[in-house]
Amino acid sequence: MNSNVTGARIGYIAFNTFREAVRDRVLYNLIAFALLLSGAAILVGEISIDIERLVVVNLGLTAVSLFGVVIAIFIGIGLVSKEIDKRTLYTVLSRPVRRWEFVVGKFFGLTGTLVVNTFFMALGVFLALVYVAHKFEPMDVWVLAALYFIVLQFFIVCALALFFSSFSTPLMSAIFTFALFVIGNLSEDLRGFARVTSGLGGAVATAIAYMVPNFSALNVISQVAHGDPVPGRLILYNTAYALLYSAMAISGAVLIFQRRNLK
Amino acid sequence: MAIAAIEILDLEKSYLVGFWRKRPKLALRPLRLTIEEGEVFGFLGPNGAGKTTTLKLLMGLVFPTAGTARILGMDMDDPRVKAQIGFLPEQPYFYDHLTARELLNYYGQLSGIPSKERSARVEQMLARVGLSDSAGIQLRKFSKGMLQRVGLAQAILHDPKLVFLDEPMSGLDPMGRREVRDLIQQLRQEGKTVFFSTHILSDAESLCDRVAVIHQGELRGVGKVAELTSGTQGKVEIVFYANAQQVPTALTALGAESRFGGGNMVNSVLPEAQQDAALDVLRREHMKLISLTPVRRSLEEYYIQQLRPAENEEIRNQESHKQENQKNELREEASRKGVGV
Amino acid sequence: MKMTPTRRVTLAATAVFLLSLSGSVTAIHAIDRLQANSVPQQALYLRSTKVLRRLSLGYTGLLADIYWTRAVQYFGQQHHNDSGDFRLLSPLLEVTTELDPQLLPAYQFGANFLAPKPPNGAGLPGAALALTQYGIAHNPDQWRLYYNLGFIYYTELNDYAKAADAFKRGSELPGTNDFMPILAARMAQHAGEFDTARMLWFTTYQSTKDARIRQNAVEHLLALQVDEDITRLEQVIQKYRAQTGHLPSSFGDIERAGFIRGTPADPKGHAYRLMPDGRIEVEDPKKIYFITKGLPPGAEPPQPPHEPQPDLK
Repeated sequence: MNSNVTGARIGYIAFNTFREAVRDRVLYNLIAFALLLSGAAILVGEISIDIERLVVVNLGLTAVSLFGVVIAIFIGIGLVSKEIDKRTLYTVLSRPVRRWEFVVGKFFGLTGTLVVNTFFMALGVFLALVYVAHKFEPMDVWVLAALYFIVLQFFIVCALALFFSSFSTPLMSAIFTFALFVIGNLSEDLRGFARVTSGLGGAVATAIAYMVPNFSALNVISQVAHGDPVPGRLILYNTAYALLYSAMAISGAVLIFQRRNLK
Repeated sequence: MAIAAIEILDLEKSYLVGFWRKRPKLALRPLRLTIEEGEVFGFLGPNGAGKTTTLKLLMGLVFPTAGTARILGMDMDDPRVKAQIGFLPEQPYFYDHLTARELLNYYGQLSGIPSKERSARVEQMLARVGLSDSAGIQLRKFSKGMLQRVGLAQAILHDPKLVFLDEPMSGLDPMGRREVRDLIQQLRQEGKTVFFSTHILSDAESLCDRVAVIHQGELRGVGKVAELTSGTQGKVEIVFYANAQQVPTALTALGAESRFGGGNMVNSVLPEAQQDAALDVLRREHMKLISLTPVRRSLEEYYIQQLRPAENEEIRNQESHKQENQKNELREEASRKGVGV
Repeated sequence: MKMTPTRRVTLAATAVFLLSLSGSVTAIHAIDRLQANSVPQQALYLRSTKVLRRLSLGYTGLLADIYWTRAVQYFGQQHHNDSGDFRLLSPLLEVTTELDPQLLPAYQFGANFLAPKPPNGAGLPGAALALTQYGIAHNPDQWRLYYNLGFIYYTELNDYAKAADAFKRGSELPGTNDFMPILAARMAQHAGEFDTARMLWFTTYQSTKDARIRQNAVEHLLALQVDEDITRLEQVIQKYRAQTGHLPSSFGDIERAGFIRGTPADPKGHAYRLMPDGRIEVEDPKKIYFITKGLPPGAEPPQPPHEPQPDLK
């Protein structure tokens, strides 16, 4: 099989997923985001002294993260089941498209949607920053790093949503994915618990602590809000981690989906 | 010797059901069936008989419990097979937010049609299924019939040798059905093999070279339509104008069962052996003969016979159920149009 | 066996799965090592419990548990790194107890490790007192909190009157420890005596399950034993000198004079050393912590090293 052809098919599926999402008015969330942020920027400008920047960065980045996670979950869980319900998957898979290509294409389509979405939100955050601070500061660079980490989080959430939707119902997939998102934000504490537990319980806790996604290190919002730098090595490690974890979830999804009877 | 288009070799499927997935439920008993190249083959059976399961097995959407199949001489899970087949699933919906043109272009990309040829091919297909005028409208505004046409277009877009159609006529109005019939005829003339499932027997009778009847996951009979419906009945039908509102007693004496059509027109069915004697009667009485045809067994009779004995009751139930479904579909379509436009 | 396309994909996907799993675990380790050594993690951004309370959406119990674990982890980590910097211990415990005022282990931890001077604690007796008093306000029935209060007054502030008052009030509560009234009574007259201190540390040992606090109590009890031994031995040497007019040159001299029997040893079994100037020293001052006697002139009392921690590798 020609790998060019495989790559092209993944690209077509990804683009189609992106186009569907955009036409399904997913990007409308940007309006809500813009309203929230501009409202906050104006309010903060009037009432708080000296912490405008702090509040805008904290609020803006938190909103970027939450909006994105919600979108990732709600589109991600329907990616496979919707195609089965509408029988579009049947017409896709009766063509020279492998099941794994479909899964990978869906993943890139969804992450692509989120990257575009995040780009516009990021623009909004910087506009709000300029509005309240009237200038850029060198430390605003770290806001970019925080945004990059947020995108890495989306990769993981998308991969997880796709993983669960490869075998479960949309509702269950949403619950699983959201639960893992919450647990993943406490993963550092979970590893702490695992370290102080011994015996069989400790082994199980350790296994769980390393299997759940590690979102703690990907969340540097408060840090950059205070203008603290993000170490270069953390950027490197986090990138490696997010890509590897996504690859793990996607290959899990492929393994399951590969054998699934599409009733 | 020509390679068979489809060779189904004891394909079998059972699902595990129940809460613990321990109880096997047989969806398809071992099925052995060969479809020759260039044939239009009808796969008949009531709802839930295993028609869709068979198609899904052949498409690789579900995996067989046992057995295999060869398609166009290749193993069924050979990726090369997929380039040469087209598939229309039952009641497809497609991507709501794409236009018909975009959808076909997408499928063309997935089928590996080179970009140079693609748009020309897409336009050609849109024209062929009569959608050129609505090609730029998003599919969520399409009626069921239009969606079915899009479905047909995508199934033959990449010029496949073999086309699988699952219930291509269901949910269509008489015009739509006619168009689908014409399309299948064209495919036959182009030398394609068409394998389609249906529960509408008249369509099958007028289109198919051969049919198979499947019921409760089991193959009940296979045969050429011409043979299944050939005049093995030994009866002829005579249509003529009587002189008055009365059937000649001589004719009744020959064993004819008669009934009046419009005016003085009479339909009489009598044993083939009495054909000449009957014509003599008409001549003697100076009645005008309109037609004389051998009575053929209809496909419906054959079908019913294969499903017998215990299932007659069941079929009636299913027919009424089907009508109910069709009513619902119509209602759905009406509301869809109301909202969409 | 035939290599079907499906089997190939399954093998490839399994390989990717396993590789990326091990890769991601490696990445987490790298991240954890980086975070443990970096300053940013040391900053506690959200110190306002009110905000935290709202953010927790009502799940304050869980959040308190998380902060409590963080406090213990933080202390262990700083101790491990020998940094002696425990700035965050107080806010972490504060947040913990504000989220869940009934979390008694947090108060006990605070009493034991907030007050002592670095490197054994944060050196903040004031914060320790405030935390304990906050605990008492929310849990007036808990004798342990009064014990903690008396403990801080006694060990860190040497305010025996306030310590006596705390022990007395604690001794009147339900389920109190038998030593509480005795401790209260001894504060007035015998505050500086070994028995009093021993009773205190023993009570600490008895009243907790926390391994770190127990270990700390054991070390103090051993140190008390050494201090008491050496005080007695030096008194004996003075008597010997008064009788004979010269200092003994070995423990054998004193034994022959009938003051002691055998060669005295510390609680860990090492013989004490008799110095030429009549002082007693422990064999290895680094092996017994918290002792105030038996040290070479001018030496600081040794502190325990960090307790063995599971490595972060």
